[in-house]
Amino acid sequence: MSGLFSFSRLAALLIKEFIQMRRDRITFGMMLGVPLMQLVLFGYAINSDPKALPAALVSLSQDHYSRAMVSALENTDYYRFDHVVGSAAEAERLMASGAVVFVVTIPSDFARRVDRGQRPQILIEADATDPSAASGAISTLGTVASEALLRERGVPASEAAPEDRLEVIVHRRYNPEGISQYNIVPGLLGVILQMTMVMMTSIALTRERERGTMENLLAMPASPLEIMLGKVLPYLVVGAVQVAVILGAAKLLFAIPFVGCLSLLLAAVLVFVLALVLLGYTISTIARTQMQALQLTFFFFLPSILLSGFMFPFRGMPQWAQWLGETFPLTHFLRIIRAVMLKGADFPTVAFETGILALFIVIYAGFALMRFRRTLD
Amino acid sequence: MQAEMNAIDVRGLVKRFGDKTVVNDVTMQVARGEIVGFLGPNGSGKTTTIRIMCGLLTPDEGEGTVLGFDLRTEGLKIKREVGYMTQRFSFYEDLTIAENLSFVARLYDLKPVGTHVDRTLEDLGLSSRRDQLAGTLSGGWKQRLALAACIMHQPKLLLLDEPTAGVDPKARRDFWDEIHRLAADGLTVLVSTHYMDEAERCHRISYISYGTMLATGSVTDVVRDAGLVTYLVDGPKLETLAAELRKRPGVEQVAPFGASLHVVGSDEAALKAALADLEGRAGVTVSRGETSLEDVFIQFMANSTDNMQ
Repeated sequence: MSGLFSFSRLAALLIKEFIQMRRDRITFGMMLGVPLMQLVLFGYAINSDPKALPAALVSLSQDHYSRAMVSALENTDYYRFDHVVGSAAEAERLMASGAVVFVVTIPSDFARRVDRGQRPQILIEADATDPSAASGAISTLGTVASEALLRERGVPASEAAPEDRLEVIVHRRYNPEGISQYNIVPGLLGVILQMTMVMMTSIALTRERERGTMENLLAMPASPLEIMLGKVLPYLVVGAVQVAVILGAAKLLFAIPFVGCLSLLLAAVLVFVLALVLLGYTISTIARTQMQALQLTFFFFLPSILLSGFMFPFRGMPQWAQWLGETFPLTHFLRIIRAVMLKGADFPTVAFETGILALFIVIYAGFALMRFRRTLD
Repeated sequence: MQAEMNAIDVRGLVKRFGDKTVVNDVTMQVARGEIVGFLGPNGSGKTTTIRIMCGLLTPDEGEGTVLGFDLRTEGLKIKREVGYMTQRFSFYEDLTIAENLSFVARLYDLKPVGTHVDRTLEDLGLSSRRDQLAGTLSGGWKQRLALAACIMHQPKLLLLDEPTAGVDPKARRDFWDEIHRLAADGLTVLVSTHYMDEAERCHRISYISYGTMLATGSVTDVVRDAGLVTYLVDGPKLETLAAELRKRPGVEQVAPFGASLHVVGSDEAALKAALADLEGRAGVTVSRGETSLEDVFIQFMANSTDNMQ
């Protein structure tokens, strides 16, 4: 055997490495779980040409022409008319809260204009905060609706005069130029907060355990609630600094419009960050080492970024993926921040999503306090 | 609380981890103001027993009181009155000495914090190094800091888990002087150790082996009750002699101590017979010696069954 390389020494190192790999269950699970998760999420859940987008119909005219057009639109699979509302204001609120991506308005004189041979108009408003999400649906709209109308009137498409054709007015709301940064940068605030807050707090208890200081801490009179709050509250300050930096950069570097109320956004951020630090703390009551805590954090990040609507349109995912997406605080925060920053939503509009974030706080804190062992048993 | 009540009064403690019984039916009484040494081989259940007493572990069976508080239900009250010094240094290495002490002072609601910290630093002789990171202290100083932090809230009971492991003899001597000074003021101390000289500094010792309490009493009592007889054998080629003696019936331990061999057995007549023919050998002398505490412990360890498998 030469002094520089020996197969038996290499074998010793390889064997030791494999033994350690096998002992560390979580790492082993990550190696199998992460590729599988990525495969399923990318393969099945993500769709950059989303179908069945929720839409609201403001139909002021109850006539057979309108019904024909609406069913033709639904047949394209792009639109799913979940809401039929009577007023524009109601439709506006649905769009601001993110409940619908489209509002189709058929004016009250629609049938009269068709019958008189005047050129009929419909208005379609699209939530363009995510420019890619709505583009497919908008591009099919004009021809589909127009042809449906001609069919209903019994006019062959080849013989249709210009005034027979439907005039579709498209409003790209909130982001008329279709700038994708408008969608990405506010989302980044949520993603960056999630990354740092969860990661930092996930090692909170494991670090004490690894350094042996946990035993001492437990032997002293500190209650689980005190320990939990003591561990997570400092990160609210870190979060506040991050929020200031990102919002400042959004304004200065990317010129992202901020049409909503800043204090409403900050209040939502506070609720979101509290949910995140408690989630991190919950992870640290589960993990045994700092390494495991970071792995669990990563295991949580991947689906939350892919399924929250940050990278891909939330509505474009299959129903199961949307349900899964609803379980991440990030999903709800993204809806709030996009609504407040870009759409100028007021508190009642985002109250439901904020309430869900608050629910996460209760769940995580309750779970963490339950998991926390006051003893070393 | 009655003054005559024992500081520690536990009966039939049992603790299992999985299917391994780490503490098996341990009963222990420690009077107030007493210094009790807790001895036993590695893995014998000393640390587990101490952790049960300070509320860090819940016993599977057994009951008792610590400082008059129920072991099972009044853990928080016990924690307020007990000082526990862990085997491994468990203060924050990335905090300074003063910061560590303030942390402890605040956790115990000591007011004003500054006064308590300053006084503790002064008692320790660390005032000049108050802003040094605890992680940069030597082993002996870490141990002193840990002790100072444990007694800052003036506990009534001090539980020390191998406090002097890896500490030089001078620091150990100082440490024990401090323990005796504290005990004189009425503090009760339960200290686990591997060192025989430390055991001899205790008022009383308890010996635990593989979870079972084997002996308890003063050092003289324990040595006497062990009923061992010791002979000192001097002469040339002690190693060969030792190997030869180990095979003889009646000889239970042979250990070299300096220039002589300690030959120990529990049956005096058998041991005498085993050594009878040595008298005639050239240069070999056999004399009656005193059984040491260490001889007794080795005997305990040899006799107790190992359940560590």
